[in-house]
Amino acid sequence: MEPNLEYRINSHPILPIKPEPYLTFYWKNQEFHAKPNEMISSALFANGIHIFGHHPKDSAPQGIFCANGQCSQCMVIADGLPVKACMTPVRSGMRVFPAEGLPTLPDVPAAAVEYGPTPRKQVEVLIIGGGPAGLSAAQELGKAGVSVLLVDDKDHLGGKLVLQTHRFFGSSEAVFAGTRGIDIAKKLEAQACSFANVEIWRRSTALAIFEDQSVGILREGSSYALVYPQVLLVASGARERGLAFPGNTLPGVYGAGAFQTLVNRDLIRPCKNLYIVGGGNVGLIAGYHAIQAGIHVAGLVEAAPACGGYRVHLDKLVRSGVPVFTSHTVVEALGAEHVEKIRVARVDDNFRPIASTMREYACDTVLIAVGLDPVNEFIKKAEEVGLPVYAAGDAREIAEASAAIFSGRIAGEQIAERLGKSQTQVPAEWLQLENILKSKPGELREEQLPRAAEGVFPVLHCNQEIPCDPCTTICPKHLIQIDGQDIRALPRFLRSEAEACIGCLRCVSICPGLAITLVDFRKRSGTALVSLPYEQEAEHLKPGDLITVTDTSGAALCSLPVQNIRKLAGFSGTQIVSVEAPAEIAAKIAGLRLISSTEPLKTFDGTGEFTPDLADNAYVCRCERVTAGEIRALIRSGIRDINQIKAILRVSMGACGGKTCLNIVKRMYQQEGISLSEVTEPPIRPVFVEMPISLLANVPGRPSGGEE
Amino acid sequence: MSHLPAYDVIIAGAGSIGTPTAFYLARAGLSVLVLEALPSVGQASNKHAIGGVRATHSDVSKIYLCAESIKVLSTWREIYGDDIEWRAGGYCFVAYEQQVKKTLQDLLACQKSFGLNIGWLEAEGIRAIIPDIQMEGLLGGTFSPEDGSASPMKTCFAFYRHAKEAGAEFHFNEPVIQIGTGSGQIQSVTTAQGTYACKYLINAAGSWAADISNLVGIPLPVKPEAHEAGITEPVQPMFSPMIVDIRPREGSSNFYFYQHPTGKIIFCLTPNPPILGNYCQDTSAFLPLASQRLIELMPKLMNLRVRRTWRGTYPITPDGLPIFGRTEALDGYLLAAGVCGQGYMLGPGVGMLLTHLIEGRLNAAEEECLRALRLDRSFTSAEKLK
Repeated sequence: MEPNLEYRINSHPILPIKPEPYLTFYWKNQEFHAKPNEMISSALFANGIHIFGHHPKDSAPQGIFCANGQCSQCMVIADGLPVKACMTPVRSGMRVFPAEGLPTLPDVPAAAVEYGPTPRKQVEVLIIGGGPAGLSAAQELGKAGVSVLLVDDKDHLGGKLVLQTHRFFGSSEAVFAGTRGIDIAKKLEAQACSFANVEIWRRSTALAIFEDQSVGILREGSSYALVYPQVLLVASGARERGLAFPGNTLPGVYGAGAFQTLVNRDLIRPCKNLYIVGGGNVGLIAGYHAIQAGIHVAGLVEAAPACGGYRVHLDKLVRSGVPVFTSHTVVEALGAEHVEKIRVARVDDNFRPIASTMREYACDTVLIAVGLDPVNEFIKKAEEVGLPVYAAGDAREIAEASAAIFSGRIAGEQIAERLGKSQTQVPAEWLQLENILKSKPGELREEQLPRAAEGVFPVLHCNQEIPCDPCTTICPKHLIQIDGQDIRALPRFLRSEAEACIGCLRCVSICPGLAITLVDFRKRSGTALVSLPYEQEAEHLKPGDLITVTDTSGAALCSLPVQNIRKLAGFSGTQIVSVEAPAEIAAKIAGLRLISSTEPLKTFDGTGEFTPDLADNAYVCRCERVTAGEIRALIRSGIRDINQIKAILRVSMGACGGKTCLNIVKRMYQQEGISLSEVTEPPIRPVFVEMPISLLANVPGRPSGGEE
Repeated sequence: MSHLPAYDVIIAGAGSIGTPTAFYLARAGLSVLVLEALPSVGQASNKHAIGGVRATHSDVSKIYLCAESIKVLSTWREIYGDDIEWRAGGYCFVAYEQQVKKTLQDLLACQKSFGLNIGWLEAEGIRAIIPDIQMEGLLGGTFSPEDGSASPMKTCFAFYRHAKEAGAEFHFNEPVIQIGTGSGQIQSVTTAQGTYACKYLINAAGSWAADISNLVGIPLPVKPEAHEAGITEPVQPMFSPMIVDIRPREGSSNFYFYQHPTGKIIFCLTPNPPILGNYCQDTSAFLPLASQRLIELMPKLMNLRVRRTWRGTYPITPDGLPIFGRTEALDGYLLAAGVCGQGYMLGPGVGMLLTHLIEGRLNAAEEECLRALRLDRSFTSAEKLK
């Protein structure tokens, strides 16, 4: 049988496709193909399988939600054992079954089982998390000669950088701005790994912090160790927030991070027609990643009056043709065993959906991108037991990866100083730069387009202050500058008599926002050659093809034939598409349409069926299948201690331990007009991730089931 | 004192003992105020209890009180409607050593003499009820089918709800800070929120009972001792009884576990040497120790994943028996303390006992309980199955 390639991304504008041999595994006793070391969830998606089982409580279909080892939705039975599909690599010959109801444990040999003591390790600094913050801290500590152990639950280091195909914003000098996330990850990993005193455990998950200030670690998925650090650095990043609406647990409704993992890490095309909920950077970027992977984006809703993400990310989407609805929310996802449709509606000033504005769209996947929460349980637990603890990156404060790099460096330096391994203080400019890098985007400025109709010049469709400067450092004539020292200010193209733009296209190629075009009147009269950055599959476009060009806001300007498509050396992944445009629109052209528009299947006039925000049948606790209605009834009965809700309904007592639901419960209190100062939160309890008893007991070799 | 809000009974502590006691007192028509330091019911030791309930003790008073509790818990849903997850799965004490076998069989004679439904099963008999038990070296064990388990949290909440319906008042986040006495009698109880007059004060403050008692100058030999427990992911039903292994092992003096009706395995051990105090951060020793003991008894469980662990306290007395009833020195001061980790299974029984005491309608068995469990005793005997 040939591997099924329908759901694999076989060519990508940015990501290299490595030819790898396929292995075979079995799903429900049927043979399928997977790539070596692929997670089971990805292997299933690569074969078009999205339903991983049914919940024991109510037989609801189950699929992925986080694909990041956090939520525990994706359980399957692999070689007889219940496992998280998103964290367990598929093996040749592995027999995988859906988790239907409760699993049955496999038989084991009757003989008495041997077990041993728990291995212990002393280290000066333990870093939890090998993303931008953890790797940067490891580098600083490595330089200072501190003994470091860094643990990360993935195979590849870099955290969420490994999912980012776009060039990064930030400072060119300090944090690799202009370089793609995937490449920054490799650089940071190489730097951290270059120190003999920095030990790295991959596929290793921190589970708990104990009273003796040890950290329990599931090492490489195959043993349990206790690590005793003098100082703990928590760089564990963020987890995605959940959202409760009817249909929210249907397979096909999952996190934007899960989507990026499937698409950009594992090169899988998990769907054909996507709807996105949330217009922060994560949702906006996921939308663009979808288009790069050849997936249609039917729309994006954002509950706030404006998208919170960078304007240039939003502009990329709207120029591509994605309808973005602000002041809109998801009302319901519909489908029997999998998402088939979504209903969205405008919200009023109190974020309540307005029934008469509801519309229904076809889609096969709904991405939830409604914000991130710090993975901060390790910080709280370390503080409780008195283990000296530092935090960096998103675990400390949700911000851009560039800020995480800096916060990691700063934490590394501070820890080295604390341990007496560094005499130097953290440079003041580091602290300043960290603040700049994590600053929220500024106000939107009205676009000022150049009026000139001669010569050659770039047009900067960059209308919002964000920390970013690659265009200023790349210009060989230094004609693009930022006023003052703050890289948050808008860059400007300086017209100069002495030095003229040479039309080198370097600024067009490097801009992380794909927001710079080049307008060239030199060889024409009445028209200009307009060159645009293009980060889509080259084969989708060839000279002579008609394309619709748009202005910054996504409004179509006209259709024009492609003159040529080029690529500058040193700017892999970014192509330059040129069109010949009438002089009066040349400077307005900011991008080109990539996808067709989506019309609603159905509109509503507000008189028929309607579901309000946090409807009674929305699931708040996914693990134990508890609805908003059940929780609301308890809140209204006067319960103010979430521990009580937990005791009565089992909310947060499931596999994820409240990682996805507790924030929604808190929001429900607020929705009822109850201040969170009146509400008691449950304690944080180990283990943070489920752990096999055989490993805790240190039984040599985890025996697998009798499926062979 | 007539201007103060006045109650017949004030109870310090809304836990496994205080909450059912409030229920029975309120139903007897007494005015009851429960003062709880924490934000809601059952938030101290109750929620740390794993839910085992047995009458098969070695002490006659505990046998009586727990048997009364079982009557209440096993019929609660039928009578009051709340699902407190009662299940008569039985208790099974297993013997892999001759010494353990002898201890259990000696006790059996005594337990049978109290009319308890408990018997000895040979290894094959144990396997019939626990198919996955480690058979290698198994010498048999006792089985008491009428013991069982229920949810401590759900039970506590059910008692709370019905106690309130019956008129009991509960004040949360309101610890007792002072106790007024006069003429050798309890007069009032003071908190940060105010002073309340009362005829009786019941000390049901669990691991904090000695602190409360110090406020009236009556020392209690009750010390909190840490125990840790854990719960696994759920799997298909494998066995029903609570399995108890009383063999000491390095680091632990016993180990017990059962499968909850939801399919999760709940396990608990007694650390050895004991860990004193109310500090409740998890030890690094617990998970490896408990995992080894779990595998030792049921190797098949090695493939199960632990989901969560927690640490709670047992209010321990020198002889392993609780302290219930009046105090010689202070009229109206009643003790419901030192339950040694068995507050949940004793709760309904002791609630009824103290209600009958206040109402002045104790039966002979209850009189005997109060005599045996009074504060003014030598504390020299030793409960065999703590």
